[in-house]
Amino acid sequence: MEKLIALLIAAPLLGAAVLLVGGRRLDRVGHWIGTLLSTASFVIGLVLFAGLLGRNAEHRTLIQHLWTWVPVESFQADVTFRLDQLSMTFVLLITGVGSLIHLYSVGYMAHDERRRRFFGYLNLFLAAMLLLVLADNYLLLYVGWEGVGLASYLLIGFWQHKPSAATAAKKAFLVNRVGDVGLSIAIMLLFTTFGTFAFGPVLDHAGSASEGKLTAIALMLLLAACGKSAQVPLQSWLGDAMEGPTPVSALIHAATMVTAGVYLIVRSAAVFNAAPDAQLVVTVVGAVTLLFGAIVGCAKDDIKKALAGSTMSQIGYMVLAAGLGPVGYVFAIMHLVTHGFFKAGLFLGAGSVMHGMNDEVDMRKYGGLRTYMPVTFVTFGLGYLAIIGFPGLSGFFSKDKIIEAAFAKGGTEGWILGGAALLGAAITAFYMTRVMLMTFFGEERWRSRPTRSPEAPSAEPAAEHQGEHAEPHPHESPKVMTIPMIVLAVGSVFGGAFFSVGDRFLHWLEPVTGHSEGDSPLSAATVTGATMVCLVAGVAIAWAQYGRKPVPAVAPRGSLLTRAARRDLYQDDLNHVVLVRGGEHLTRSLVYVDHTLVDGVVNGTAAGFGGLSGRLRRLQNGFARSYAVSMFGGAALLVAATLLMRAV
Amino acid sequence: MSFPLLTATAALPALGAVATAAVPAARRTAAKWLALLVSLATLALAVVVLVRFDPDGARYQLTESHAWIKAFGVRYELGVDGIAVALIALTALLIPFIVLAGWHDADPLETGSRRWRPTQGFFALILAVEAMVIISFEATDVFVFYIFFEAMLIPMYFLIGGFGDRAHEHGEEAAATQRSYAAVKFLLYNLVGGLIMLAAVIGLYVVAGNFSLAEIAQARANGTLHMATSTERWLFLGFFFAFAVKAPLWPLHTWLPNAMQESTAPVAVLITAVVDKVGTFAMLRFCLQLFPEASKWATPVILVLAVISIVYGALLAVGQRDIKRLVAYASISHFGFIVLGIFAMTSQGQSGATLYMVNHGISTAALMLVAGFLISRRGSRLIADYGGVQKVAPVLAGTFLIGGLATLSLPGLAPFVSEFLVLVGTFTRYPAIGVVATFGIVLAALYTLVLYQRTMTGPVKPEVSAMPDLRARELVVVAPLIVLLIFLGVYPKPVTDIVNPAVKQTMSDVQKKDPKPEVEAAK
Repeated sequence: MEKLIALLIAAPLLGAAVLLVGGRRLDRVGHWIGTLLSTASFVIGLVLFAGLLGRNAEHRTLIQHLWTWVPVESFQADVTFRLDQLSMTFVLLITGVGSLIHLYSVGYMAHDERRRRFFGYLNLFLAAMLLLVLADNYLLLYVGWEGVGLASYLLIGFWQHKPSAATAAKKAFLVNRVGDVGLSIAIMLLFTTFGTFAFGPVLDHAGSASEGKLTAIALMLLLAACGKSAQVPLQSWLGDAMEGPTPVSALIHAATMVTAGVYLIVRSAAVFNAAPDAQLVVTVVGAVTLLFGAIVGCAKDDIKKALAGSTMSQIGYMVLAAGLGPVGYVFAIMHLVTHGFFKAGLFLGAGSVMHGMNDEVDMRKYGGLRTYMPVTFVTFGLGYLAIIGFPGLSGFFSKDKIIEAAFAKGGTEGWILGGAALLGAAITAFYMTRVMLMTFFGEERWRSRPTRSPEAPSAEPAAEHQGEHAEPHPHESPKVMTIPMIVLAVGSVFGGAFFSVGDRFLHWLEPVTGHSEGDSPLSAATVTGATMVCLVAGVAIAWAQYGRKPVPAVAPRGSLLTRAARRDLYQDDLNHVVLVRGGEHLTRSLVYVDHTLVDGVVNGTAAGFGGLSGRLRRLQNGFARSYAVSMFGGAALLVAATLLMRAV
Repeated sequence: MSFPLLTATAALPALGAVATAAVPAARRTAAKWLALLVSLATLALAVVVLVRFDPDGARYQLTESHAWIKAFGVRYELGVDGIAVALIALTALLIPFIVLAGWHDADPLETGSRRWRPTQGFFALILAVEAMVIISFEATDVFVFYIFFEAMLIPMYFLIGGFGDRAHEHGEEAAATQRSYAAVKFLLYNLVGGLIMLAAVIGLYVVAGNFSLAEIAQARANGTLHMATSTERWLFLGFFFAFAVKAPLWPLHTWLPNAMQESTAPVAVLITAVVDKVGTFAMLRFCLQLFPEASKWATPVILVLAVISIVYGALLAVGQRDIKRLVAYASISHFGFIVLGIFAMTSQGQSGATLYMVNHGISTAALMLVAGFLISRRGSRLIADYGGVQKVAPVLAGTFLIGGLATLSLPGLAPFVSEFLVLVGTFTRYPAIGVVATFGIVLAALYTLVLYQRTMTGPVKPEVSAMPDLRARELVVVAPLIVLLIFLGVYPKPVTDIVNPAVKQTMSDVQKKDPKPEVEAAK
């Protein structure tokens, strides 16, 4: 059965190769080839899943060795895959949601002349992401890790004739590269500590290494995770990444790739378990990010950027849970899966709204859309209820467990982390209600717009050349787009309950990640009650501000916090001052130094030594003969000197 | 006596050079085809060398030895180890692409002149360089090596000074001046390096009484040849200086940007992907083998210079406005990695460095040759003169991006494997230096992606709007290089299998063992 694992990756990889090399003659069928191969991978995943279910919980790890990759003495990297409960979960999420989004893109990208290439990139992404979760050692994981980064780069910059898209793509890659430094160093540390970086031996022997080394490894892995999962301090790229086509935002920047950091931490559980200091840092990063993203999400008028803030925040929950150790690992992954459903659904819904609104993204120019796009409204609405944790829906189960686990950390830390998670739940309810109200309820602000705000953000290029002044005619999207939305909505509604009944998900994942019940100072009922209070408060405040009163077409100036949140809490301003401007000064002065100082000194020294400057001038006149003379002189010198030496 | 395969591999391009130069002025196309055929035949011979070479056999194989200058004990001695085999294969592989990419680079502007035959000269010089580079990789006699190491400067000088990009922003006159400045600078730097090495070569002879690498290394190892510590250090420095100029290592690097900027793209590839490799190769073969103690003595300083090269080269690449200069500074950064790997004195570092030489050759060729195709279309080297090329020439842009991704060592492409090996090999012995070098990967992404963004994305500039996409000849150049980059990225084992035993030998020359891990977790 393990022979099938490679096929999971091979199918979309083949798709990418065929679509990207195939050329224009595939333009008419390219999108179906891409969708078909993605679905094929999903079907193989289902077969493997059925196979795993047929085995005992202890025998659900399959290893497939393909070839020796880099062999240099003790440094041995192999192309080997590991399929266990953890990677299986990811495989189904990636290929399942991935196939739905392929299908959706058939409709969404129908009018794009480069649609074939888009599907090629999507297939490339799937292959890389599957490699990331199936790799059996950290170096092979690194290949998938940067592979998804490349796919993300290509897809964010898909409309690269727009300078903003090209810049956003570059920024995403660069920020991720900083994280990659962490992954590189982590692998080197693993090698010097264990003599290997394969999962099996490293995780089995993690306990016998010194705590200092393990803490260093864990912190470097965390740095990598921060880059890929847009956690503070490497969060700044995610908002800009919304320049990519919306299906990309749904698949890569919500459901799958950005959760890779959580995968990395949970996969390395044995290392983190033995490094409590690093675990504390992980929880702090998670808690800070979940608040950071939520606050930013409250202030954005661009529907995709509001959702991006939300993604950052939700991944913050997962990272927080992963930092809690065995108490939280399972729930981190469970929230990751349910989030994959509802966030992908929300993004696809946003794309559907934009599709019907001439690619407008400013929610202040939406309003009252529920009657025009009923399917989008209902599916988006279910996703909304799921993310805010409405009782019975997916988010309710998965998020509640994380909040409980945070309190169970115990001591002051537990209260702080739990409090942050609760506060986050309230803010989540607020910003999502705000999105919901501004988009689907209230006045139809898209009718007869007297003034356009001067710098209306537009993520999609069509807005530039079509319907600039025409009033949009909101309409429901075609079936090929709504069906994926409906499927994801079903997942958003029932996923959490399905996983939680009889602790199904827990029993499934526990053999890989381990699990321990925390010792919470609060009873589960108290936590749930508090969460509900927060939820209601968040919804109520949003209702008071955006439901009862009309939404102004131009954003009011807002409080200090609102203005800060609108500018992403000044993350880019900080980067600009410290890195961009400083870097420019540095490189500019170095270019000067190289030209005058280094070159000058070396030339000068040379001239001083042998009177070479005179020869330089003569040679510059183009007399090749003088070179011949100097060569001859050199040869003569050689012979003479040697004879002399022999004589002595 | 068996067939002198190594001599033949070097002699074939040498004879080809003479034949190409002798083609009548009017038969330019014939000269091109002749050069291409000779380079392909040389590649075939290199493949034979590769096949006949037994990685687990003797250290030097396919050896040839003849007395040459008896008075000084100079012998014409050739032999290859795994490192040399890999680099000969790289050289022989790249030359046909260089010839094909430079197909029209030396066409005379007007057909008036009869005596001047630039086309014949251009291709003859390329073959001459190939011959000398190959024999430098083969020579196991220090004197023979020195002669060709130096002689290679002559054809390179003419290639840099005599042929440049067609269009130039300040006119042909200014271009000629700048070209000859670059050529002379190249020559003088390398000549000075060579002269200092010459002194060391003579010094070595005085101490050892012969020039044979194997004999001297043997005598040193079993103690029959004693060298005073200070003598060894001086001799080492003499050799190392010449190689550091050629490599080039900071702060001796400033000739490279000028040379690469002024020469045509294929010649720039010849410089950085082929000729410069002789420098790093020689560090491994001569410095470490002949002067193991002095090598270890100098290691700290050299490692620091290497790290400076990595970071400094990358930062300067970020600041460049000229595409070719940018690639040149990127190469300086990459040579820093190679030197770092050699002097980290670990198996991973040295195997990685050798693999790096091969991979850097291929990746730079891919990036630089596509850049050359781009430049020939627009007639400008300035980054600012481009924009939106992706829209009008998607294949060109796509191949340029892949070349760039190889340059930034994207996992999955060949340079990643070698760069990571160098980093991990350095880290195991010198963690701090390894960490600093690792930050080079961020800077590499910066200069590559900024270059791509400014030239290929954004609105289409009017001047590039009619730019044709890659032609068939250009695709034939680029596609195999890309296939190789991917192949060696997922399956570098064929190269490491050849290189590893040779590195093991070098490690025992310097009497170094890889550091042991804290916990023995590997099975």
